[in-house]
Amino acid sequence: MPLITYREAIKQALDEEIQRDENVCIMGEEVAQYNGAYKVTEGLWAKHGDKRLIDTPISEAAFSGLAIGASMLGIRPVVEMMFMSFSYVAIDQLFNNGSFCRYMSGGLMNVPIVVRGPANGGTSVGATHSHTPENMVANHPGLKVVCPSNAYDAKGLMKAAIRDNDPVFVMENTLLYGEKWEVPDEEYIVELGVANILKEGTDLTIVSHGRCAMLSLQAAVTLEETHGISVEVVDLRSIRPLDEETILNSVRKTHRALLVEENKPFCGVDAQISHIIQLKAFDDLDAPIRRVSAIDAPNFYSKELEDWQLPNEERIIEGALKAMA
Amino acid sequence: MATTKKKTTAAAKKTGAKLKNFATAPINKSLSKDEKIDLYRMIVGIRRFEERSLRAYNQGKIGGFLHLYIGQEAVAAGIVSLMEKDDHIITAYRDHGHALAVGMSMNECMAEMYGKHTGCSKGKGGSMHFFAPDKNYWGGHGIVAGQTPLGAGLAFALKYKGLKGCAMAFLGDGAVNQGSFMETLNLASLWNIPVVFVIENNGYSMGTSLKRSSAEENLAHRADGFDMEWEVCNGHDVFEVREVANRAMIRAREEHKPFLLEIRTYRYRGHSVADANHEKYRTKEEIEEYKRTKDPVNVVKQHLLSDGTLTEELAKKIDQEKKDEAEASAKFADESPVAPRSEIQTDVYWEVDNDSEGELKGTYFFND
Repeated sequence: MPLITYREAIKQALDEEIQRDENVCIMGEEVAQYNGAYKVTEGLWAKHGDKRLIDTPISEAAFSGLAIGASMLGIRPVVEMMFMSFSYVAIDQLFNNGSFCRYMSGGLMNVPIVVRGPANGGTSVGATHSHTPENMVANHPGLKVVCPSNAYDAKGLMKAAIRDNDPVFVMENTLLYGEKWEVPDEEYIVELGVANILKEGTDLTIVSHGRCAMLSLQAAVTLEETHGISVEVVDLRSIRPLDEETILNSVRKTHRALLVEENKPFCGVDAQISHIIQLKAFDDLDAPIRRVSAIDAPNFYSKELEDWQLPNEERIIEGALKAMA
Repeated sequence: MATTKKKTTAAAKKTGAKLKNFATAPINKSLSKDEKIDLYRMIVGIRRFEERSLRAYNQGKIGGFLHLYIGQEAVAAGIVSLMEKDDHIITAYRDHGHALAVGMSMNECMAEMYGKHTGCSKGKGGSMHFFAPDKNYWGGHGIVAGQTPLGAGLAFALKYKGLKGCAMAFLGDGAVNQGSFMETLNLASLWNIPVVFVIENNGYSMGTSLKRSSAEENLAHRADGFDMEWEVCNGHDVFEVREVANRAMIRAREEHKPFLLEIRTYRYRGHSVADANHEKYRTKEEIEEYKRTKDPVNVVKQHLLSDGTLTEELAKKIDQEKKDEAEASAKFADESPVAPRSEIQTDVYWEVDNDSEGELKGTYFFND
């Protein structure tokens, strides 16, 4: 199987979906002629032209709302946020109109848009450019949100998101764009709501999503080698809908759970996962559920401190040992 | 590149001046007798419906807010009467008039306000959130100016699909100071989107007069900053509304150009019925003067009486029919059931409602 980058995988998904469906178009800041701020859309404008690749002014509220309005008439816009942090100026459009139009019309309409872009810290860009709002999105019934941790999932989930008839947020990660994974040539889809077991194990379940799932996988290997702990790593892939069964089955097997995410801990995604585990697998637990999240403060600018603030292999191992105690 | 803009109809410039007879403009002259009577019927219908809904609100039958359109009826009735097959419409929370104008029934609208299952949104939306996509009516939106980018999006879709239509995006004078609206003006002009923004300027954004909220009181002038054409007209005469809006709509359809239309109108009631102070931020005389000289129901009636389209008897008969229809809608709403509790979690996700060809995976709802 060819080894391609996360960036290339997303581009392939966009390219293939543009060719498959004439209603799919990409809009956002610098997506067309500039070839994308992070080069995710590189070459697509030259290949598909102005109608399908649309450069927008810096007006997130207007182009997000425009995409929602267009989707009501059957267009399937993929809206790029240069940083998912910038979606915060379009919250009314995305969270009020995107998630509630279907409900408030009693199901008379639907909003098939995709909102995609990097949602991560760890790049020394300060708190305003380092948001991980998957928890906020998931808190709005009507919205869906996925966090691909690798190139294979990024391509498959992106294609599923574009074909979905509800608004889907795809949370990418700038630190993964250049990383490579095996991705098959033939077409495939990764369905929303299906978690992936990255590594099987028997002593401890780590539940994670996005880049943290990859960090957890590294930590799991170290834990096995240096501490003799067999760790199972569950990569959620999709936050809403959520694959509860895979989480619960794993915890029922290992009896211990560590939840790892880049979100801030208070009301983070893992707060909900933790609730689900205690509610549905209480008797299976041999120890309290532990969490490793971003240290609870706005993101630090200075690299050394931000690297410590966000989950890293060392902090994950520390959390795992606590969970095993 | 520079285009010619600006036009303020003579009557709009000099409010209170003797009215130009817009009924004789070509777009109005071409109306059949029945079509003219239909305009009267619609304007009266909106008025009687809202008067009935006000009674229901005061009886505690309607919850939340009730933003009445009384005084502004000729705007929605006039513009909707110009809409063609591929034209679409969207508005804010003062949405009853537009809903009835596109052909929604009094029953489904009244039942929605009563929160009943028979309402147009099954009771999930309420007064501010009426929708009828089958009639090209996309709501009914609660956040000030939030609907304006959606309106541009509808127009964007028309152009994308190669359809010859336009989108009519309504907003109030309070909405012009929202960033999303100004961003949308720029996008619409930059991309040549066939959208007509219609500012229904009733002079007050809730309790704050235009003078106290907008530095430039000529709201349509904002279009100049976006290289967009604009026009200003009065909203009390349905024939004036039709004459002016028609030009904007034709231009949008034919040339894919946006247009900013400012229509000077007036609301008799408060911002919402809960706005008990509406006679404090404006004078009683101001309200009475408008009612006496520019009432949209009276104006259209006088036009049609004077040209022989309508007789006093027929006018009375239509009025009674609309009162009866409104009364019947209140009865219908009152007697309708509320939705079953199972409806709370329907219409959230298309995929769930449609079982998505068996591809539905994962948990969508998180109740204990």
